[in-house]
Amino acid sequence: MTDLITLYRAQFKTTIASQFQYRGALAIWIIGLILQPVIYLSVWSTVARSQGGNVDGFTASDFAAYYLTALVVSQATFTWIMWEMEYWIRQGNLSPLLVRPVHPIHQHIANNLTFKLLTMAVVIPVVVVLTIVFRPNFTISAWSGLAFLPALLLAMALRFSVEWTLASLAFWVTRVNAINQLYFVVFIFLSGFVAPLDLLPEPVRAIAELLPFYRMLGFPVELLLGRLSPTQALVGFAAQLGWLALALLFLNATWARGVRQYSAVGA
Amino acid sequence: MTSLRLLGIHLRLGILNELQYRTNLFVQVIQSAVGLLTALLGLGVVFSKTDSLGGWSAPELLAIVGVYTLVAGITQLVVQPSLARFMEDVRLGTLDFTLTKPVDAQVLISVRQVEVWKLVDVVVGVGVLGIAVEQLGATVGPAEAVAFLIALLAGVTIIYSFLLILATCVFWFIRLDNILNIFQSMYEAGKWPIGIYPPWLRTMLTFLVPIGFAITVPAEGLVGRLTSPTLLGAIALAVALPLIARVFWRIGVRHYSGASA
Repeated sequence: MTDLITLYRAQFKTTIASQFQYRGALAIWIIGLILQPVIYLSVWSTVARSQGGNVDGFTASDFAAYYLTALVVSQATFTWIMWEMEYWIRQGNLSPLLVRPVHPIHQHIANNLTFKLLTMAVVIPVVVVLTIVFRPNFTISAWSGLAFLPALLLAMALRFSVEWTLASLAFWVTRVNAINQLYFVVFIFLSGFVAPLDLLPEPVRAIAELLPFYRMLGFPVELLLGRLSPTQALVGFAAQLGWLALALLFLNATWARGVRQYSAVGA
Repeated sequence: MTSLRLLGIHLRLGILNELQYRTNLFVQVIQSAVGLLTALLGLGVVFSKTDSLGGWSAPELLAIVGVYTLVAGITQLVVQPSLARFMEDVRLGTLDFTLTKPVDAQVLISVRQVEVWKLVDVVVGVGVLGIAVEQLGATVGPAEAVAFLIALLAGVTIIYSFLLILATCVFWFIRLDNILNIFQSMYEAGKWPIGIYPPWLRTMLTFLVPIGFAITVPAEGLVGRLTSPTLLGAIALAVALPLIARVFWRIGVRHYSGASA
């Protein structure tokens, strides 16, 4: 355990140092992070205004609260493992990671957390400015505020495990780009990013609620904004835990098989 | 004329080169299909709740998706890959070989690299535009078609000049690999009419990053809502910006010292 703590601390330091080298990549990511929710927020606010103030109970300022929270949640849950793993495998960079006595997943988790902490310095002022611009209607009750934190942490763990598992498909397929793109389309529609789940047409909404994507984004957002009943919240936590357990099982199985398959292309 | 012939040669070279890797076509087809699917599903969700978005009907927004895909295809076919290679050349000092060739260096660096499979996006864009025009029916006459073509030409010229100006900054900063990708991530906003965005963002998307001129304005031309001041403005910008880019390019080249050569 103490070994792991040392490892994470060392990793924090190297990540901070290397992130400052790649400021360009950081800027792209931040523009994308801000622009995406602002696009859908603008679309839905326009629709709300043209429908006489609200769409299915959502007013323009409800959408603002929804998408600003979604911005924070997607910043917290976002991973880039699908690109990194492809690069590790295609370039053979995975080999040195495999001979180390710890699972490469720790390095990536540490990287991911450090990156989040660093970018928080940008995201917080951005959210403040957008709050002034869009005047969201934040009505947060004490219990939903408290429940949000575990929901967010579970969403992070769930999204990380699902995307790590998908990323390890790169062991078998050398060009995973098309798969990644397909995943992201499914993700943005069924997680509540393109529209809050309640606005999706009926069979799609019901399916989205059953699948894990909603638990990674829409669920924590709606929980914080008090749009869910306590029962729905409990069901949501159970779903998050269930999906997380399943994802971890898959993660272990694909990783074990993938590493055996790995032949260090290009190394 | 020389530039068109050069473009033709590089296009042929690019095709010959890529024919070795035919699976790439397959990958590109999937990517284009996924991109189109995302746009159409998004429109579907929005229009299940409303009949018009900021005054645009569903077939009119389909026209925007068509222009969005077409312009993305055109720029990613030649302009973006060529400029990316140019920036790499400046960094490595290999731009020397280009500068010593007996043709205009700006032309050469703008057409040198061709991503042939991006033609798929061009075809998809034209196809979507065709469907949009059919749905719009009689409202699209010859006047609209002419306005559309002029605005499209102006838009592509503006985007080219804008990207060239961005890329030329590499002469001073050397390491700017990601600057073109920043444009790419902002381009996403062009999928919707820029009129729906809050004023600060709309201004940014018109003047700072001219996505409005490249996508919304041609689409307005096609659906017949383009006013003549806007069209004249686009034309004026399409004349002025290439000149500015040219002057900036000249200053930049003079600044080039063959970094590591």
